[in-house]
Amino acid sequence: MSDPSSNPSSRQRAPTKRLMAPSVLFLLVWMIVPLAMTLYYSLQDYNLMMPDMRGFAGFLSYELLFTDPVFWDALLNTLLLVATCLLVTVVAGLALALLFNRTFVGRGIARTLAISPFFVMPVVTGLIWKYMLLDPVYGLFSWVMRSMGFEPIQWLSSYPLLSVVMMISWEWTPFALLILLTGLQSLPEDQLEAVRLDGANRWQEFRHIVLPHLGQVLYVVIMLESIFFLTSFAEIYATTSGGPGTATTNLPYYIYLGAFFQYDIGLSSAAAIGAVVLANICAIFLIRFVAGNLNAGSQR
Amino acid sequence: MKTPWIMLLAGLGCAGLAQAQTTITVATVNNPDMVTMQKMTKAFTEAHPDIKVNYVTLAENELRQKITTDISSGGGQYDVITVSNYETPIWAKNGWLKAMDHLPDSYRVDDLIPSVRQGLSYEDKPYALPFYAESSMTYYRKDLFEKAGIEMPDQPTWSQIKDFAQKVHDPKNGVYGICLRGLPGWGENMALFSTMVNSFGGRWFNEQWEPQLTSEAWHEAANAYKTLLTQYGPPGSTSNGFTESETLFANGQCGMWVDSTVAAGYLSNPDNSKVHEHVGFARAPHEKTEAGSSWLYAWALAVPESADHPEAAQTFVDWATSADYIQSVADQYGWLSVPPGTRQSTYESQGYQKVAPFADLVEKAIQSADPEHPTAEPVPYTGIQFISIPQFQAIGTRVGQIMAGILSGQTSVDEGLDQAQAFTERLMRRADVAK
Repeated sequence: MSDPSSNPSSRQRAPTKRLMAPSVLFLLVWMIVPLAMTLYYSLQDYNLMMPDMRGFAGFLSYELLFTDPVFWDALLNTLLLVATCLLVTVVAGLALALLFNRTFVGRGIARTLAISPFFVMPVVTGLIWKYMLLDPVYGLFSWVMRSMGFEPIQWLSSYPLLSVVMMISWEWTPFALLILLTGLQSLPEDQLEAVRLDGANRWQEFRHIVLPHLGQVLYVVIMLESIFFLTSFAEIYATTSGGPGTATTNLPYYIYLGAFFQYDIGLSSAAAIGAVVLANICAIFLIRFVAGNLNAGSQR
Repeated sequence: MKTPWIMLLAGLGCAGLAQAQTTITVATVNNPDMVTMQKMTKAFTEAHPDIKVNYVTLAENELRQKITTDISSGGGQYDVITVSNYETPIWAKNGWLKAMDHLPDSYRVDDLIPSVRQGLSYEDKPYALPFYAESSMTYYRKDLFEKAGIEMPDQPTWSQIKDFAQKVHDPKNGVYGICLRGLPGWGENMALFSTMVNSFGGRWFNEQWEPQLTSEAWHEAANAYKTLLTQYGPPGSTSNGFTESETLFANGQCGMWVDSTVAAGYLSNPDNSKVHEHVGFARAPHEKTEAGSSWLYAWALAVPESADHPEAAQTFVDWATSADYIQSVADQYGWLSVPPGTRQSTYESQGYQKVAPFADLVEKAIQSADPEHPTAEPVPYTGIQFISIPQFQAIGTRVGQIMAGILSGQTSVDEGLDQAQAFTERLMRRADVAK
């Protein structure tokens, strides 16, 4: 096998590799150039406001970053945000998918309505929630609370992270719903009939037929959503501005603050490298998770 | 196949216009006085038919980001930019702004209020011309004070303010004792809070540029601020900036309000304000020292070095900041709508004195604000509610966030001030301004 000429299949593969080269090269340039620039800037003293103080800074930016308690808060907030939003959207999405998979009058309209929040732009989502729903004086939630005789909750200042989780979940549950519903529709009816004949109850039916069938779809949902939740920005920008204090500052917002409020390109580049590392750690776990599951699926 | 023809025609049209007309782009803030400026622009273009004016109007934070990134990279998107007395000296030092030393006699430079003109200069040369200027003062409701049997002194202390707030606080009837800025930002809550710190005798740095944010004075100021807003303030005060507070006061929901003098015209105007008959004015509160208890801020127009059409831009700036401009706004919209705080002639005009009972107070506040001596102890910086170093935007933004965290109960005063001190120390380490 070590001698390529003796192996007919490798001769067939060689042109494939060459044909793939442009796209691989393109991807590398696409990825490596910005990454290299970010790395370069993270080692520089570079503040837009101070043009006369430029130069090599060594690892000062990283040192300042790692000793900044807000950076660690932002990291924690990012992970919290990803984990809770995933949990909420997947559970709620699955529940809704099971409901919408049934036949009832007006199902088409109901499905369209249920999916529509996903098509609202993130900034608009933020504004809708901030002013129409959560506002302590004239928001809908406060009106409901007040009409039931309770003191309205100051959502954005008392439960900032929870408010952001609610907004993002509201926006992304339809996505989970959409994908999971598609998965459910591909479930062969005869399998269900078979287990029903064997005397399985609803729960057993769900546990042993529906859930394994949805496995791969679930992993796709989890992977795509984690990627998007890691970079959540617009909802935070439009509502809490990372506050109060630093309660809702996640990594993207932290980088934004560094770049556009401190004009410190060095520090924000270092933080961006930190975000890349975090994303890669998540990606390694997720890909293993997904790959393992896909293999298991193909062997089944 | 029509497109090429249309493009050709359009191209010809543009070329023809370009010879006759210069288009300048003005970047400005969406404040009421700037909106008036846009309405008045017709008069300018009629007088200068060869200049066309385009506006880019944004909220303060966004505008600052756009302008800073544009000017620091030499982008040249804007011919006229709106800057404040914070940016002007720093940017002038960086060589980003054109000096305004071309002014004709008819501009009457001496008519500009000296402290404002000084704030927009670098090495005694003006680099921006003031559009409007402000200080801070105390607004209160005369009717509520009368009902409570209390009287506002000409210059109250923060302790008195607290007593008054307690007496007029009546949330059941929708009246909160006091409204103050709580919205994070160096130009929002920190503007007010810095003046509180000054008047409690605190300072940002000692003469060796060591941050002093954990000092006794800072603790007292932070506690006073927190007590006032959490006990006698409106709900959700961390999202109230200048505009929100102004609306609350104009709606009759605040017993008192300490903020910019620029709101005086708005609150006295029956078109905007439900309480225009009852507004009382006093100087900004002080506590241990009067120094630095009221701020000095000026929105000014400047021409960046990177501007494409500097001459046309300067013509525009001269027009918009002239005494004639103020007069013509007064003629068209009344004296309460003129941009205040920049020219002595405004305050000398009888028309203004007649409609503006606050005119003297405002003029004195602006005249007496002294950025060189912002508090009782000596400081190495200039500036009252900001300090004139490039790092201040970062420091003010972060400390503003921390103060909002303190207000909403996310952190305690001690913890918050420790964080603020640590952040400031780290930032100063990055670029040691003492050197």
